[in-house]
Amino acid sequence: MSEERPSSIKSRVLVAGTALVILVAALPLWASLGGDASSVQTDQLHMQGTRQMTTRQSYTVHEIRTATGMVVREYASSAGTVFAIAWHGPWPPDMRQLLGSYFEQYVQAAKAQSAARMGRRPLMIEQPGLVVQSGGHPRAFSGKAYVPDMLPTGVRAEDIQ
Amino acid sequence: MKELRTFLIFSVSVACTFSVGCGGGSSSKTNNVITTSGANVAPITVNAGPAAGDGFSAVNAAFVSVEVCVPGTSNCKTIDDVLVDTGSSGLRILSSAFSLPLPPQNASDGNPVYECFPFVSGYTWGPVQTADVEIAGEKASSTTIEVIGTSITPPSGCLDFGLPPSNSVDTLLANGILGIGLSAQDCGPGCPTSIYYECPASGSCQGISESLTQQLQNPVTLFAADNNGVIIELPAVPTAGEPSVSGSLVFGIGTQSNNGLDGAKVYTADESGSFTTTLSGTAYSQSFIDSGSNGFFFPSTITQCPGNSNEPGFYCPATTQNLSATNQGANGVKGTVNFSVADAATLFANPSDSAFSDLGGTFSGAFDWGLPFFYGQNVFVAIEGASTPGGPGPYWAY
Repeated sequence: MSEERPSSIKSRVLVAGTALVILVAALPLWASLGGDASSVQTDQLHMQGTRQMTTRQSYTVHEIRTATGMVVREYASSAGTVFAIAWHGPWPPDMRQLLGSYFEQYVQAAKAQSAARMGRRPLMIEQPGLVVQSGGHPRAFSGKAYVPDMLPTGVRAEDIQ
Repeated sequence: MKELRTFLIFSVSVACTFSVGCGGGSSSKTNNVITTSGANVAPITVNAGPAAGDGFSAVNAAFVSVEVCVPGTSNCKTIDDVLVDTGSSGLRILSSAFSLPLPPQNASDGNPVYECFPFVSGYTWGPVQTADVEIAGEKASSTTIEVIGTSITPPSGCLDFGLPPSNSVDTLLANGILGIGLSAQDCGPGCPTSIYYECPASGSCQGISESLTQQLQNPVTLFAADNNGVIIELPAVPTAGEPSVSGSLVFGIGTQSNNGLDGAKVYTADESGSFTTTLSGTAYSQSFIDSGSNGFFFPSTITQCPGNSNEPGFYCPATTQNLSATNQGANGVKGTVNFSVADAATLFANPSDSAFSDLGGTFSGAFDWGLPFFYGQNVFVAIEGASTPGGPGPYWAY
């Protein structure tokens, strides 16, 4: 996306703001995980955070930091698809926002795991189409989510953190 | 360092020669003495919990009894099977476990305040009400508690955490949660508007910025004495597991003759309630000790139980794994912990057992030292800002 090129924060926010309006109007199900990298800006605006980009060989990491101490890293492939998300902060993130179209799958899997009644422990959801790991305690939560089939060649689950 | 290690190994061998409490699995553990008398001592039981009769047995869950009263009255109710949780702060009790006319906390515009509190495995949702809370001979007067379970639908800010509800005994596996962790309040400064809400009689709930004094308090901080922290004292548990375990929850650190630090090493925590655990050469700076987690949870290549099994996410190694990690406090104090992880499927195969010293599972971001860490050693939890003989909290000592 052109608005990811270095530009002043102000103009970036302005462009992103326009993008948000268009996305919300045209795509009520804007997604982050599995969505295209433009959804990173939707997330950034939603979280009122600042964003930093780091480019690796086969992907780009967009790091969003909010004033409340939440850090979200969204991993986008060179084709521009968000294939993974990692987070840490005092409270769990808005998972509906971060998981987008994968949110309901996550909710169902988390509910099923809790029904497995093994008590209080980190969440570990491992399905063919979605992996979510989440743990910590009040004041310090962390986790990650990814779509195994979308991981670029050579990227391991441990690289997402 | 080498001398220290030799000394530790020597001390442990000596301790193990003359005692029976060495099954806990830590080189630094010596046979712990469990205090059973005193106005600051509440009995702890580890067992299958209050939902076991419904077929929902808890594992590695430590329970106490708590008395809740209408403020300033003798209109009280004792609630059993309240989970002892050093990973959170504040008292939360299921509405189904008691019935008392507790006054609600109201927001500035008069609407009642509700709370959505996220734990890793589920959220609690219900009104915030005022009560006198008594445990053993200690009393927190006119404090706020969360009464879990209500007919009011949780707002989207709560549901968007995506967590399963823990608003019934069959999902909470307890009648309540007694949060007696490092924090003085449950949410802290800068509490986001997705935790506390005001809910008008009609219309939807709105997120609010709950002030520190209005938030749920760690009840220990409100006791007249013994208010700087707690000690969890549980005996060692044999590797095969046990149906139930008895121990003590002791209030105060160095405030009475029965709660001295007694040589325990102090590991201070950072502002997020974390310290660093190093495992196989990797340092995890968001690690923590938590009686409310039911196992050792950490990153490892140990074989996981199959995803379609009854124990997804736990470890199921072919042979018991004996491991070692190093904890380091923010104060630089370091210590080695030896621990074991057995096959969870084998452990759970005996449905009458509820306490396991060697239950582990996967977690990617940090080391979560759950209840097995507490078996066979007394663990001190000092509250942030509190003064203790081991220095100010927050810290863990063991």
